[in-house]
This record gives sequence, C-alpha cells and structure tokens, in this order.
Amino acid sequence: MTGLVILGVALVAALAFGLYRQRVDGRFSPTMREVDLAPTPTAEDPADRAADLAVWDAIASAVPGAALGERATFVQFSSAFCAPCRTTRVLLDDVATRTDGVAHVEIDAEEHLSLVRELDIRRTPTTLILDGIGNELTRAAGAPRREQVLAALPSSSQETT
Amino acid sequence: MTDTAVNRPAVTGIDPRGPRFTASVTLAIFVLALLLSGPSPEAAAVLTGVQALFFAVGAGLGVQWTPTGLLFRSVIRPRLTPPADLEDPTPPRFAQAVGLVFAVVATIGFATGAVVLGQVFAGFAVVAAFLNAVFAFCLGCEMYLLGLRLTRRTA
Repeated sequence: MTGLVILGVALVAALAFGLYRQRVDGRFSPTMREVDLAPTPTAEDPADRAADLAVWDAIASAVPGAALGERATFVQFSSAFCAPCRTTRVLLDDVATRTDGVAHVEIDAEEHLSLVRELDIRRTPTTLILDGIGNELTRAAGAPRREQVLAALPSSSQETT
Repeated sequence: MTDTAVNRPAVTGIDPRGPRFTASVTLAIFVLALLLSGPSPEAAAVLTGVQALFFAVGAGLGVQWTPTGLLFRSVIRPRLTPPADLEDPTPPRFAQAVGLVFAVVATIGFATGAVVLGQVFAGFAVVAAFLNAVFAFCLGCEMYLLGLRLTRRTA
C-alpha cells in the first residue's frame, strides 16, 4: 500500500514539475538586480549604475577574452552535463551572426564558480542579455526558443537576413 | 566571437531518443518494483538490482551500451527516421551514475527489510525517469551545478 502511495505521489510530482518547467524554460524575465523594473541604461543613480556595470566587470575579469557587442551581448553559462546547452549555443551563435552588433560569450560554469555565485546562476544553460554598455537587461534559465531570444533583444537591433 | 571559455573535446553524438527509450524502460522497472514492494520486497529487490546493473553499465561505458541502448540501436532506431540532431552522450552518462546511487539504496532497502527506504528511493527514481522519458529533462544534470555551488569552496 505504501508503495502505491509513493508511486502516485512520485508520478503526480514529476508531471507537475515537468509541466511547470516546460512553461518557464527559456523565458526571459527582467533581471532581479534591476530594482526599478524599467530598463534604464542611462540610470543617474550612481549606486544603480555601479551595480549594473559590476555585472560586466565580473564577467570580463573572469573571462579576459570576452568582448561586449555594440548593441547586445548574450552571456551563456554552460556545463558538461547539460544537453540543452548545445542547442542553446547553436541558436545564440546563429542569432549573433545574423544580427549586427550582437555578441555571444559562452562561459563554463564549472570553471567559474565564483562568478556563478556572484551572478546567482542556478542552472545551465542560463542566458543573460546585456546591453551595449554591459547592463544586464534580462536573463533566462533553460533553452530559449529563437522567437524568445529575438523578442528579448534591445529593440534597436534588426536581423539582417 | 564564441566559445571564449569553453573548450570541449569533440565527441560523437548519439541519437537523443536512445536515452529517452532507456529512461522509459527504467521508469517501467521502478514502477513495477514499487507495485511489487508490498507483497514481495524480494521481487522488488531483484528488479532494482537488475536496474542497478544497467545503470552501472551506463555510467561506466555510456548510456548507448546498456542493454536498452543496444536494443534501441539494433532494433528500434533502424525503423525510425534519422534524428534532427545528435546529442552529447556525457549528460545522460552522468545521469546513469546518479540513477545508480538511487537504485543501489533502493535495492539495499528492499533486500534488508527496510522496505520504506527502498520505496522512497524507488519513488525518487520514478520522478527522475519520468521527467527524462516524458519531458527529455535530465534531473541529475540540473542538480550538478547546484551541487558544485554548495560543495566546492573556490572556483
């Protein structure tokens, strides 16, 4: 009898979790660091500005070769035991290639654990979208779809082909 | 401008439907073990024990070499259309190692009379196998980064 109950609970829990994850995976939501929800790239509050720029500073010091895109930068955190990371890499590469001024930086989460803690990355893949000066605009955990990525890009960008 | 920090050795991809087929069989075995665990914990122990052996093969050699992986390649895959893309075999192999731990604890529970312990661990295995089979979602892989964050002090 206990076995039957545990089986029922396990199946219901797995179904609920799976459906929930399917819904939120790859969805870009405004970053938790942004206290004022409207993205304000020219924030005058020096504290705000410092917090924003710290995101890119932390990334740049952890990954010296990384370069910021003129319009936007995808910062993708990946790990070895992550099947959707590959799909996400291919997609973000493709969008970055087709869109002017958009760069894609992929970071191995295992090798940069202090950065992972600092930016509060919990899963791989997690994709941050930064604006031209390195503010974090939004982030998504899980593999995003192409239309989700394009919709989350800063509006000035156009896909060239 | 990509791959600034990630250098992975090139690996031959596997058909992503293989690990999902394996997860379906794993799910069936754990469901059966839970159903039998009340009337016959011994039968449940045999089932989870066999599954532990499958997991050990998957963790040691790769998920494509388990009996279900071989069955998929020799019998099922030739009847399917070619896959849209291939998958890195490392994540499912890691998941097999996580599954091995749960299967071993469940087997010990069923075999020593700690039936509830066996049932709880078989229940966790059902959750993981269900997510993998139905949603192609690798629970063990997800826990990996959280585990590193919690256990490793420096980067």
